[in-house]
Amino acid sequence: MEVLTDNAGLFWRGFVGTVQLMCLSTLLAFALGMLLVSFRISPVPLCRGLGATVVTVLCNTPLTVLFFGVTLGLPMLGLTGAGYFTLAVLVMGGYASAFVCEALRSGVNTVETGQAEAARSLGMSTAQTAALIVFPQAGRAAVPPLGNAVITLVKNSALAGGFSVYELFSTEKTLVERGYAVAVVFLWVAAAYVVLIAVISAGFRLLERRLAVPR
Amino acid sequence: MRSTLFEAPGPRARRRHVWYTVLVAAVTGGALCWALLRFKDAGQFDARMWEAFEYRGVQLRILTGMVDTVKAFVLAVVLSLLLGFLFAAGRLSTHGLLRRPAGALVEFFRAVPVIITVFALYATDLLRTAVTAAAGFLRENLGSPGEWAATNFASPTLWALVVGISLYNGAAQAEILRAGVGAVPKGQFEAGYALGMRKTQVMTAVVMPQAVRTMLPSIISQMVVTLKDTSLGFFIMYEELLYAGKLLAQNTATPHGYPYLPVLCVVGSLYIITCLLLSWAARRLTALEWRGLDGRGLPRVSSKMPMGSR
Repeated sequence: MEVLTDNAGLFWRGFVGTVQLMCLSTLLAFALGMLLVSFRISPVPLCRGLGATVVTVLCNTPLTVLFFGVTLGLPMLGLTGAGYFTLAVLVMGGYASAFVCEALRSGVNTVETGQAEAARSLGMSTAQTAALIVFPQAGRAAVPPLGNAVITLVKNSALAGGFSVYELFSTEKTLVERGYAVAVVFLWVAAAYVVLIAVISAGFRLLERRLAVPR
Repeated sequence: MRSTLFEAPGPRARRRHVWYTVLVAAVTGGALCWALLRFKDAGQFDARMWEAFEYRGVQLRILTGMVDTVKAFVLAVVLSLLLGFLFAAGRLSTHGLLRRPAGALVEFFRAVPVIITVFALYATDLLRTAVTAAAGFLRENLGSPGEWAATNFASPTLWALVVGISLYNGAAQAEILRAGVGAVPKGQFEAGYALGMRKTQVMTAVVMPQAVRTMLPSIISQMVVTLKDTSLGFFIMYEELLYAGKLLAQNTATPHGYPYLPVLCVVGSLYIITCLLLSWAARRLTALEWRGLDGRGLPRVSSKMPMGSR
Protein backbone atom coordinates (compact mmCIF):
# COMPACT_ATOMS: atom_id res chain seq x y z
CA MET A 1 0.00 0.00 0.00
CA GLU A 2 2.91 2.38 0.75
CA VAL A 3 4.08 1.88 -2.81
CA LEU A 4 0.85 3.45 -3.99
CA THR A 5 0.57 6.20 -1.38
CA ASP A 6 4.25 7.20 -1.55
CA ASN A 7 4.13 7.50 -5.30
CA ALA A 8 0.57 8.67 -5.75
CA GLY A 9 1.84 11.49 -7.99
CA LEU A 10 3.57 9.11 -10.38
CA PHE A 11 0.62 6.76 -10.51
CA TRP A 12 -1.77 9.63 -11.12
CA ARG A 13 0.45 11.02 -13.88
CA GLY A 14 0.60 7.60 -15.53
CA PHE A 15 -3.11 7.06 -15.18
CA VAL A 16 -3.95 10.47 -16.63
CA GLY A 17 -1.51 9.83 -19.49
CA THR A 18 -3.21 6.52 -20.30
CA VAL A 19 -6.68 8.09 -20.15
CA GLN A 20 -5.64 11.00 -22.38
CA LEU A 21 -4.06 8.64 -24.91
CA MET A 22 -7.17 6.49 -24.81
CA CYS A 23 -9.65 9.33 -25.36
CA LEU A 24 -7.81 11.05 -28.20
CA SER A 25 -6.88 7.82 -29.99
CA THR A 26 -10.42 6.51 -29.67
CA LEU A 27 -11.77 9.66 -31.32
CA LEU A 28 -9.24 9.38 -34.14
CA ALA A 29 -9.87 5.63 -34.49
CA PHE A 30 -13.62 6.17 -34.82
CA ALA A 31 -13.20 8.94 -37.40
CA LEU A 32 -10.71 6.94 -39.49
CA GLY A 33 -12.66 3.72 -38.95
CA MET A 34 -15.82 5.26 -40.38
CA LEU A 35 -13.89 6.52 -43.39
CA LEU A 36 -12.35 3.06 -43.88
CA VAL A 37 -15.66 1.27 -43.57
CA SER A 38 -17.27 3.62 -46.09
CA PHE A 39 -14.49 2.55 -48.47
CA ARG A 40 -14.89 -1.14 -47.63
CA ILE A 41 -18.63 -1.28 -48.30
CA SER A 42 -18.53 1.10 -51.25
CA PRO A 43 -19.88 -0.12 -54.61
CA VAL A 44 -16.74 1.22 -56.32
CA PRO A 45 -14.26 -1.67 -56.70
CA LEU A 46 -11.16 0.53 -56.33
CA CYS A 47 -12.38 1.96 -53.00
CA ARG A 48 -13.26 -1.52 -51.76
CA GLY A 49 -9.85 -2.86 -52.71
CA LEU A 50 -8.06 0.07 -51.13
CA GLY A 51 -10.02 -0.25 -47.89
CA ALA A 52 -9.44 -4.00 -47.75
CA THR A 53 -5.70 -3.59 -48.36
CA VAL A 54 -5.29 -0.97 -45.63
CA VAL A 55 -7.26 -3.06 -43.13
CA THR A 56 -5.41 -6.29 -43.97
CA VAL A 57 -1.99 -4.67 -43.67
CA LEU A 58 -2.86 -2.91 -40.39
CA CYS A 59 -4.40 -6.03 -38.84
CA ASN A 60 -1.30 -8.06 -39.65
CA THR A 61 1.33 -5.59 -38.46
CA PRO A 62 2.55 -5.63 -34.87
CA LEU A 63 1.86 -2.26 -33.23
CA THR A 64 5.46 -2.14 -32.02
CA VAL A 65 6.62 -2.14 -35.64
CA LEU A 66 4.32 0.81 -36.41
CA PHE A 67 5.59 2.71 -33.37
CA PHE A 68 9.16 1.96 -34.43
CA GLY A 69 8.46 3.21 -37.94
CA VAL A 70 6.76 6.41 -36.86
CA THR A 71 9.04 7.45 -34.01
CA LEU A 72 12.34 6.51 -35.67
CA GLY A 73 11.37 6.58 -39.34
CA LEU A 74 9.53 9.87 -39.72
CA PRO A 75 12.44 12.01 -38.45
CA MET A 76 14.59 10.38 -41.16
CA LEU A 77 12.24 11.90 -43.73
CA GLY A 78 12.69 15.32 -42.21
CA LEU A 79 9.20 15.16 -40.71
CA THR A 80 9.97 16.36 -37.23
CA GLY A 81 8.07 18.72 -34.99
CA ALA A 82 5.27 16.49 -33.75
CA GLY A 83 5.74 15.53 -30.11
CA TYR A 84 5.84 11.91 -28.95
CA PHE A 85 2.33 12.21 -27.57
CA THR A 86 0.90 13.36 -30.91
CA LEU A 87 2.78 10.60 -32.72
CA ALA A 88 1.49 8.00 -30.26
CA VAL A 89 -2.10 9.19 -30.77
CA LEU A 90 -1.66 9.03 -34.54
CA VAL A 91 -0.16 5.52 -34.43
CA MET A 92 -2.74 4.13 -32.03
CA GLY A 93 -5.69 5.83 -33.67
CA GLY A 94 -4.55 4.63 -37.09
CA TYR A 95 -3.95 1.11 -35.87
CA ALA A 96 -7.26 0.85 -34.02
CA SER A 97 -9.16 2.32 -36.98
CA ALA A 98 -8.74 -1.03 -38.79
CA PHE A 99 -10.45 -2.83 -35.91
CA VAL A 100 -13.15 -0.20 -35.62
CA CYS A 101 -13.74 -0.57 -39.37
CA GLU A 102 -14.11 -4.34 -39.07
CA ALA A 103 -16.48 -3.93 -36.10
CA LEU A 104 -18.68 -1.52 -38.06
CA ARG A 105 -18.58 -3.75 -41.12
CA SER A 106 -19.62 -6.77 -39.11
CA GLY A 107 -22.51 -4.62 -37.88
CA VAL A 108 -23.57 -3.76 -41.43
CA ASN A 109 -23.33 -7.43 -42.37
CA THR A 110 -25.85 -8.38 -39.70
CA VAL A 111 -28.53 -6.27 -41.39
CA GLU A 112 -30.54 -8.44 -43.73
CA THR A 113 -30.56 -7.55 -47.41
CA GLY A 114 -34.35 -7.58 -47.26
CA GLN A 115 -34.29 -4.47 -45.04
CA ALA A 116 -32.56 -2.36 -47.70
CA GLU A 117 -34.71 -3.92 -50.44
CA ALA A 118 -37.85 -3.04 -48.51
CA ALA A 119 -36.58 0.53 -48.05
CA ARG A 120 -35.86 0.88 -51.76
CA SER A 121 -39.21 -0.51 -52.76
CA LEU A 122 -40.78 2.21 -50.60
CA GLY A 123 -38.93 4.68 -52.81
CA MET A 124 -36.13 5.63 -50.44
CA SER A 125 -32.87 6.87 -51.92
CA THR A 126 -29.55 5.21 -51.10
CA ALA A 127 -28.76 7.94 -48.55
CA GLN A 128 -32.15 7.52 -46.88
CA THR A 129 -31.81 3.73 -46.85
CA ALA A 130 -28.40 4.04 -45.24
CA ALA A 131 -29.26 6.71 -42.69
CA LEU A 132 -32.73 5.56 -41.69
CA ILE A 133 -32.74 1.79 -42.16
CA VAL A 134 -29.33 0.16 -42.35
CA PHE A 135 -27.02 2.21 -40.08
CA PRO A 136 -29.34 2.34 -37.04
CA GLN A 137 -29.55 -1.45 -37.06
CA ALA A 138 -25.88 -1.89 -37.92
CA GLY A 139 -24.71 0.44 -35.16
CA ARG A 140 -26.68 -1.51 -32.59
CA ALA A 141 -25.09 -4.79 -33.67
CA ALA A 142 -21.64 -3.19 -33.77
CA VAL A 143 -21.64 -2.08 -30.11
CA PRO A 144 -20.03 -5.23 -28.60
CA PRO A 145 -17.20 -5.49 -31.17
CA LEU A 146 -16.62 -1.73 -30.89
CA GLY A 147 -16.29 -2.16 -27.14
CA ASN A 148 -13.67 -4.84 -27.75
CA ALA A 149 -11.83 -2.52 -30.13
CA VAL A 150 -11.71 0.25 -27.51
CA ILE A 151 -10.52 -2.19 -24.81
CA THR A 152 -7.77 -3.46 -27.11
CA LEU A 153 -6.79 0.15 -27.76
CA VAL A 154 -6.45 0.85 -24.03
CA LYS A 155 -4.24 -2.19 -23.60
CA ASN A 156 -2.17 -1.24 -26.63
CA SER A 157 -1.67 2.26 -25.25
CA ALA A 158 0.86 0.74 -22.83
CA LEU A 159 3.27 0.47 -25.76
CA ALA A 160 3.41 4.26 -25.99
CA GLY A 161 5.21 4.15 -22.65
CA GLY A 162 8.08 2.42 -24.40
CA PHE A 163 8.31 5.32 -26.84
CA SER A 164 8.76 8.31 -24.52
CA VAL A 165 5.11 9.00 -23.64
CA TYR A 166 4.35 9.08 -19.92
CA GLU A 167 1.59 6.63 -19.02
CA LEU A 168 1.08 3.62 -16.75
CA PHE A 169 3.82 1.46 -18.31
CA SER A 170 6.25 4.34 -17.67
CA THR A 171 5.08 4.43 -14.04
CA GLU A 172 5.85 0.71 -13.77
CA LYS A 173 9.31 1.17 -15.29
CA THR A 174 10.19 4.18 -13.10
CA LEU A 175 9.12 2.48 -9.87
CA VAL A 176 10.94 -0.77 -10.72
CA GLU A 177 14.08 1.23 -11.47
CA ARG A 178 13.72 2.95 -8.10
CA GLY A 179 13.93 -0.47 -6.48
CA TYR A 180 10.36 -1.10 -5.34
CA ALA A 181 9.23 -4.73 -5.21
CA VAL A 182 8.30 -5.71 -8.78
CA ALA A 183 5.29 -7.80 -7.77
CA VAL A 184 3.71 -4.96 -5.79
CA VAL A 185 4.26 -2.38 -8.53
CA PHE A 186 2.89 -4.82 -11.10
CA LEU A 187 -0.25 -5.48 -9.07
CA TRP A 188 -1.01 -1.77 -8.61
CA VAL A 189 -0.45 -0.92 -12.26
CA ALA A 190 -2.47 -3.97 -13.30
CA ALA A 191 -5.24 -2.90 -10.92
CA ALA A 192 -5.38 0.50 -12.61
CA TYR A 193 -5.88 -1.18 -16.00
CA VAL A 194 -8.44 -3.62 -14.59
CA VAL A 195 -10.47 -0.72 -13.20
CA LEU A 196 -10.21 1.27 -16.42
CA ILE A 197 -11.28 -1.69 -18.54
CA ALA A 198 -14.06 -2.69 -16.14
CA VAL A 199 -15.48 0.84 -16.46
CA ILE A 200 -15.27 0.81 -20.25
CA SER A 201 -16.85 -2.62 -20.64
CA ALA A 202 -19.59 -1.69 -18.17
CA GLY A 203 -20.25 1.43 -20.25
CA PHE A 204 -20.49 -0.55 -23.46
CA ARG A 205 -22.72 -3.18 -21.83
CA LEU A 206 -25.04 -0.43 -20.65
CA LEU A 207 -25.07 1.06 -24.15
CA GLU A 208 -25.82 -2.36 -25.61
CA ARG A 209 -28.73 -2.87 -23.23
CA ARG A 210 -30.10 0.61 -23.85
CA LEU A 211 -29.97 0.15 -27.61
CA ALA A 212 -31.26 -3.41 -27.62
CA VAL A 213 -34.51 -3.94 -29.48
CA PRO A 214 -36.48 -7.08 -28.75
CA ARG A 215 -37.16 -8.86 -32.01
CA MET B 1 -20.84 -9.37 -54.26
CA ARG B 2 -23.78 -9.38 -51.91
CA SER B 3 -24.36 -5.86 -50.82
CA THR B 4 -26.82 -4.78 -48.18
CA LEU B 5 -26.80 -1.14 -49.11
CA PHE B 6 -26.54 -0.88 -52.84
CA GLU B 7 -28.49 -2.36 -55.70
CA ALA B 8 -27.01 -3.11 -59.11
CA PRO B 9 -25.84 0.24 -60.52
CA GLY B 10 -27.67 1.74 -63.49
CA PRO B 11 -26.00 3.75 -66.29
CA ARG B 12 -25.85 6.99 -64.28
CA ALA B 13 -24.50 5.31 -61.16
CA ARG B 14 -21.89 3.53 -63.28
CA ARG B 15 -20.73 6.86 -64.72
CA ARG B 16 -20.54 8.31 -61.23
CA HIS B 17 -18.50 5.30 -60.08
CA VAL B 18 -16.01 5.95 -62.87
CA TRP B 19 -15.57 9.49 -61.54
CA TYR B 20 -15.10 8.20 -57.97
CA THR B 21 -12.53 5.71 -59.22
CA VAL B 22 -10.59 8.46 -60.99
CA LEU B 23 -10.77 10.73 -57.94
CA VAL B 24 -9.66 8.07 -55.46
CA ALA B 25 -6.91 6.86 -57.79
CA ALA B 26 -5.66 10.44 -58.18
CA VAL B 27 -5.64 11.13 -54.44
CA THR B 28 -3.98 7.80 -53.58
CA GLY B 29 -1.49 8.13 -56.42
CA GLY B 30 -0.71 11.70 -55.36
CA ALA B 31 -0.12 10.67 -51.76
CA LEU B 32 2.11 7.79 -52.86
CA CYS B 33 4.11 10.06 -55.17
CA TRP B 34 4.51 12.62 -52.38
CA ALA B 35 5.75 9.90 -50.01
CA LEU B 36 8.16 8.51 -52.59
CA LEU B 37 9.52 11.99 -53.33
CA ARG B 38 9.94 12.55 -49.60
CA PHE B 39 11.89 9.27 -49.40
CA LYS B 40 14.03 10.28 -52.36
CA ASP B 41 14.74 13.78 -51.05
CA ALA B 42 15.75 12.38 -47.68
CA GLY B 43 18.20 10.08 -49.46
CA GLN B 44 16.34 6.93 -48.43
CA PHE B 45 16.81 5.39 -51.88
CA ASP B 46 20.53 6.02 -51.72
CA ALA B 47 22.41 2.80 -52.48
CA ARG B 48 24.38 3.16 -49.27
CA MET B 49 21.14 2.94 -47.32
CA TRP B 50 20.42 -0.49 -48.73
CA GLU B 51 23.78 -2.07 -49.44
CA ALA B 52 24.06 -3.32 -45.85
CA PHE B 53 21.54 -5.99 -46.79
CA GLU B 54 24.02 -7.47 -49.25
CA TYR B 55 26.42 -8.49 -46.54
CA ARG B 56 26.29 -12.03 -45.34
CA GLY B 57 26.69 -10.99 -41.71
CA VAL B 58 23.67 -8.70 -41.92
CA GLN B 59 21.57 -11.35 -43.64
CA LEU B 60 22.58 -13.78 -40.91
CA ARG B 61 21.58 -11.26 -38.20
CA ILE B 62 18.13 -10.88 -39.75
CA LEU B 63 17.79 -14.65 -40.04
CA THR B 64 18.84 -15.05 -36.40
CA GLY B 65 16.24 -12.44 -35.43
CA MET B 66 13.62 -14.36 -37.39
CA VAL B 67 14.65 -17.63 -35.71
CA ASP B 68 14.43 -15.97 -32.29
CA THR B 69 10.99 -14.61 -33.14
CA VAL B 70 9.81 -18.05 -34.28
CA LYS B 71 11.34 -19.63 -31.18
CA ALA B 72 9.40 -17.28 -28.88
CA PHE B 73 6.28 -17.74 -31.02
CA VAL B 74 6.31 -21.55 -30.96
CA LEU B 75 7.01 -21.72 -27.22
CA ALA B 76 4.31 -19.12 -26.55
CA VAL B 77 1.74 -20.95 -28.70
CA VAL B 78 2.39 -24.26 -26.93
CA LEU B 79 2.30 -22.68 -23.49
CA SER B 80 -0.73 -20.51 -24.24
CA LEU B 81 -2.71 -23.50 -25.54
CA LEU B 82 -1.78 -25.49 -22.45
CA LEU B 83 -2.81 -22.60 -20.21
CA GLY B 84 -5.91 -22.12 -22.34
CA PHE B 85 -7.03 -25.70 -21.74
CA LEU B 86 -6.23 -25.42 -18.03
CA PHE B 87 -8.06 -22.11 -17.59
CA ALA B 88 -11.02 -23.32 -19.66
CA ALA B 89 -11.21 -26.55 -17.66
CA GLY B 90 -11.12 -24.50 -14.48
CA ARG B 91 -13.80 -22.08 -15.63
CA LEU B 92 -16.05 -24.91 -16.81
CA SER B 93 -15.62 -26.88 -13.62
CA THR B 94 -18.68 -27.63 -11.54
CA HIS B 95 -16.72 -26.88 -8.36
CA GLY B 96 -17.01 -23.24 -7.36
CA LEU B 97 -13.68 -23.52 -5.56
CA LEU B 98 -11.99 -24.11 -8.91
CA ARG B 99 -14.29 -22.09 -11.16
CA ARG B 100 -14.14 -18.75 -9.39
CA PRO B 101 -10.33 -18.41 -9.09
CA ALA B 102 -9.94 -19.59 -12.69
CA GLY B 103 -12.50 -17.01 -13.81
CA ALA B 104 -10.75 -14.27 -11.84
CA LEU B 105 -7.35 -15.19 -13.33
CA VAL B 106 -8.71 -15.22 -16.86
CA GLU B 107 -10.40 -11.85 -16.45
CA PHE B 108 -7.29 -10.40 -14.81
CA PHE B 109 -4.85 -11.46 -17.51
CA ARG B 110 -7.25 -10.44 -20.26
CA ALA B 111 -7.43 -6.92 -18.83
CA VAL B 112 -3.73 -6.29 -18.18
CA PRO B 113 -1.63 -5.18 -21.15
CA VAL B 114 0.89 -7.83 -22.18
CA ILE B 115 3.83 -5.46 -21.95
CA ILE B 116 3.06 -4.71 -18.28
CA THR B 117 3.24 -8.46 -17.47
CA VAL B 118 6.27 -9.06 -19.69
CA PHE B 119 8.19 -6.19 -18.11
CA ALA B 120 7.31 -7.30 -14.57
CA LEU B 121 8.54 -10.84 -15.36
CA TYR B 122 11.68 -9.43 -16.95
CA ALA B 123 12.40 -7.37 -13.83
CA THR B 124 11.90 -10.19 -11.31
CA ASP B 125 14.93 -12.03 -9.99
CA LEU B 126 12.80 -15.12 -9.53
CA LEU B 127 12.57 -15.83 -13.25
CA ARG B 128 16.26 -15.13 -13.77
CA THR B 129 17.36 -17.53 -11.00
CA ALA B 130 14.90 -20.17 -12.20
CA VAL B 131 16.23 -20.00 -15.75
CA THR B 132 19.86 -20.08 -14.59
CA ALA B 133 19.13 -23.03 -12.31
CA ALA B 134 17.35 -24.88 -15.12
CA ALA B 135 20.27 -24.22 -17.47
CA GLY B 136 22.75 -25.55 -14.90
CA PHE B 137 20.63 -28.64 -14.40
CA LEU B 138 20.37 -29.27 -18.17
CA ARG B 139 24.11 -28.84 -18.69
CA GLU B 140 25.09 -31.15 -15.85
CA ASN B 141 22.60 -33.95 -16.20
CA LEU B 142 21.66 -34.28 -19.84
CA GLY B 143 24.96 -34.21 -21.70
CA SER B 144 25.09 -32.70 -25.15
CA PRO B 145 21.31 -32.36 -25.78
CA GLY B 146 21.10 -30.58 -22.43
CA GLU B 147 23.97 -28.35 -23.50
CA TRP B 148 22.15 -27.54 -26.73
CA ALA B 149 18.90 -26.75 -24.92
CA ALA B 150 20.71 -24.60 -22.37
CA THR B 151 22.53 -22.53 -25.02
CA ASN B 152 19.43 -22.01 -27.13
CA PHE B 153 16.64 -21.68 -24.62
CA ALA B 154 18.09 -20.63 -21.27
CA SER B 155 17.59 -16.90 -21.76
CA PRO B 156 15.70 -14.99 -19.05
CA THR B 157 14.44 -12.44 -21.58
CA LEU B 158 13.07 -15.22 -23.80
CA TRP B 159 11.13 -16.72 -20.91
CA ALA B 160 9.91 -13.37 -19.61
CA LEU B 161 8.52 -12.75 -23.09
CA VAL B 162 7.11 -16.26 -23.55
CA VAL B 163 5.48 -16.49 -20.13
CA GLY B 164 4.10 -12.96 -20.33
CA ILE B 165 2.59 -13.48 -23.78
CA SER B 166 1.26 -16.90 -22.82
CA LEU B 167 -0.54 -15.67 -19.73
CA TYR B 168 -2.52 -13.19 -21.81
CA ASN B 169 -3.02 -15.39 -24.86
CA GLY B 170 -3.75 -18.41 -22.65
CA ALA B 171 -6.59 -16.45 -21.04
CA ALA B 172 -7.84 -15.45 -24.49
CA GLN B 173 -7.62 -19.04 -25.79
CA ALA B 174 -9.50 -20.22 -22.70
CA GLU B 175 -12.37 -17.86 -23.53
CA ILE B 176 -12.40 -19.13 -27.12
CA LEU B 177 -12.48 -22.75 -25.94
CA ARG B 178 -15.22 -21.93 -23.45
CA ALA B 179 -17.29 -20.36 -26.22
CA GLY B 180 -16.65 -23.50 -28.29
CA VAL B 181 -17.88 -25.74 -25.49
CA GLY B 182 -20.93 -23.51 -25.14
CA ALA B 183 -21.66 -24.03 -28.83
CA VAL B 184 -21.73 -27.83 -28.54
CA PRO B 185 -25.38 -28.93 -28.44
CA LYS B 186 -26.61 -30.12 -25.08
CA GLY B 187 -27.65 -33.43 -26.62
CA GLN B 188 -23.99 -34.30 -27.08
CA PHE B 189 -23.39 -34.09 -23.31
CA GLU B 190 -26.58 -36.04 -22.62
CA ALA B 191 -25.66 -38.76 -25.11
CA GLY B 192 -22.27 -39.10 -23.42
CA TYR B 193 -23.83 -39.40 -19.98
CA ALA B 194 -26.43 -41.85 -21.33
CA LEU B 195 -23.58 -44.09 -22.47
CA GLY B 196 -22.32 -44.12 -18.90
CA MET B 197 -19.36 -41.79 -19.44
CA ARG B 198 -17.99 -39.76 -16.57
CA LYS B 199 -17.83 -35.96 -16.59
CA THR B 200 -14.17 -35.95 -17.59
CA GLN B 201 -14.75 -38.55 -20.29
CA VAL B 202 -17.64 -36.57 -21.77
CA MET B 203 -15.45 -33.46 -21.82
CA THR B 204 -12.33 -35.03 -23.30
CA ALA B 205 -13.87 -37.59 -25.66
CA VAL B 206 -17.07 -35.90 -26.83
CA VAL B 207 -17.23 -32.16 -26.18
CA MET B 208 -13.65 -30.84 -26.46
CA PRO B 209 -12.92 -32.36 -29.89
CA GLN B 210 -16.02 -30.67 -31.29
CA ALA B 211 -15.30 -27.40 -29.48
CA VAL B 212 -11.74 -27.29 -30.80
CA ARG B 213 -12.92 -28.07 -34.31
CA THR B 214 -15.54 -25.31 -34.44
CA MET B 215 -13.20 -22.82 -32.81
CA LEU B 216 -10.10 -23.65 -34.85
CA PRO B 217 -10.34 -20.44 -36.96
CA SER B 218 -10.58 -18.30 -33.81
CA ILE B 219 -7.75 -20.24 -32.18
CA ILE B 220 -5.52 -19.55 -35.17
CA SER B 221 -6.54 -15.88 -35.25
CA GLN B 222 -5.44 -15.69 -31.64
CA MET B 223 -2.10 -17.20 -32.72
CA VAL B 224 -1.70 -14.25 -35.09
CA VAL B 225 -2.05 -12.02 -32.02
CA THR B 226 0.56 -14.19 -30.26
CA LEU B 227 2.93 -13.72 -33.18
CA LYS B 228 2.39 -9.96 -33.15
CA ASP B 229 3.00 -9.93 -29.40
CA THR B 230 6.46 -11.47 -29.80
CA SER B 231 7.55 -8.06 -31.10
CA LEU B 232 7.21 -6.85 -27.50
CA GLY B 233 10.62 -8.48 -26.96
CA PHE B 234 11.83 -5.18 -28.40
CA PHE B 235 11.17 -3.47 -25.05
CA ILE B 236 13.08 -5.96 -22.91
CA MET B 237 16.00 -6.28 -25.31
CA TYR B 238 15.19 -9.81 -26.42
CA GLU B 239 16.88 -10.09 -29.79
CA GLU B 240 13.85 -10.87 -31.92
CA LEU B 241 13.38 -9.59 -35.43
CA LEU B 242 12.50 -5.98 -34.58
CA TYR B 243 15.21 -5.49 -31.98
CA ALA B 244 17.77 -7.15 -34.26
CA GLY B 245 16.67 -4.70 -36.95
CA LYS B 246 17.09 -1.72 -34.63
CA LEU B 247 20.61 -2.81 -33.65
CA LEU B 248 21.41 -3.40 -37.30
CA ALA B 249 20.29 0.09 -38.27
CA GLN B 250 22.21 1.68 -35.44
CA ASN B 251 25.40 -0.10 -36.48
CA THR B 252 25.19 1.16 -40.06
CA ALA B 253 26.20 4.74 -40.64
CA THR B 254 25.35 6.42 -43.94
CA PRO B 255 25.61 10.07 -44.99
CA HIS B 256 21.84 10.31 -44.56
CA GLY B 257 21.75 8.92 -41.03
CA TYR B 258 20.80 5.49 -39.75
CA PRO B 259 18.90 3.30 -42.24
CA TYR B 260 15.80 2.90 -40.03
CA LEU B 261 13.38 3.02 -42.95
CA PRO B 262 15.09 0.37 -45.13
CA VAL B 263 15.29 -1.88 -42.06
CA LEU B 264 11.62 -1.17 -41.34
CA CYS B 265 10.72 -2.16 -44.92
CA VAL B 266 12.52 -5.49 -44.59
CA VAL B 267 11.51 -6.35 -41.02
CA GLY B 268 7.97 -5.04 -41.41
CA SER B 269 7.30 -7.09 -44.52
CA LEU B 270 8.68 -10.22 -42.84
CA TYR B 271 6.19 -9.71 -39.99
CA ILE B 272 3.30 -8.96 -42.31
CA ILE B 273 3.99 -11.97 -44.55
CA THR B 274 4.21 -14.37 -41.60
CA CYS B 275 1.01 -13.00 -40.04
CA LEU B 276 -0.79 -13.09 -43.41
CA LEU B 277 0.13 -16.75 -43.85
CA LEU B 278 -1.40 -17.55 -40.46
CA SER B 279 -4.50 -15.42 -41.18
CA TRP B 280 -4.85 -17.17 -44.51
CA ALA B 281 -4.75 -20.56 -42.77
CA ALA B 282 -7.48 -19.37 -40.41
CA ARG B 283 -9.64 -18.25 -43.34
CA ARG B 284 -9.05 -21.54 -45.18
CA LEU B 285 -10.24 -23.45 -42.14
CA THR B 286 -13.32 -21.25 -41.85
CA ALA B 287 -14.09 -21.96 -45.51
CA LEU B 288 -13.78 -25.69 -44.85
CA GLU B 289 -16.17 -25.36 -41.95
CA TRP B 290 -18.67 -23.60 -44.15
CA ARG B 291 -18.58 -26.41 -46.65
CA GLY B 292 -19.38 -28.79 -43.85
CA LEU B 293 -16.07 -30.62 -44.00
CA ASP B 294 -13.43 -30.88 -41.37
CA GLY B 295 -9.72 -31.01 -42.16
CA ARG B 296 -9.88 -34.71 -43.03
CA GLY B 297 -12.75 -34.40 -45.43
CA LEU B 298 -15.27 -36.09 -43.18
CA PRO B 299 -18.82 -34.79 -43.04
CA ARG B 300 -19.14 -32.61 -39.99
CA VAL B 301 -21.89 -33.16 -37.46
CA SER B 302 -24.04 -30.12 -37.89
CA SER B 303 -24.88 -28.29 -34.72
CA LYS B 304 -28.31 -27.65 -36.21
CA MET B 305 -29.09 -31.36 -36.46
CA PRO B 306 -32.03 -32.35 -34.29
CA MET B 307 -30.51 -33.75 -31.12
CA GLY B 308 -33.53 -34.71 -29.11
CA SER B 309 -34.40 -32.37 -26.28
CA ARG B 310 -32.18 -29.30 -26.30
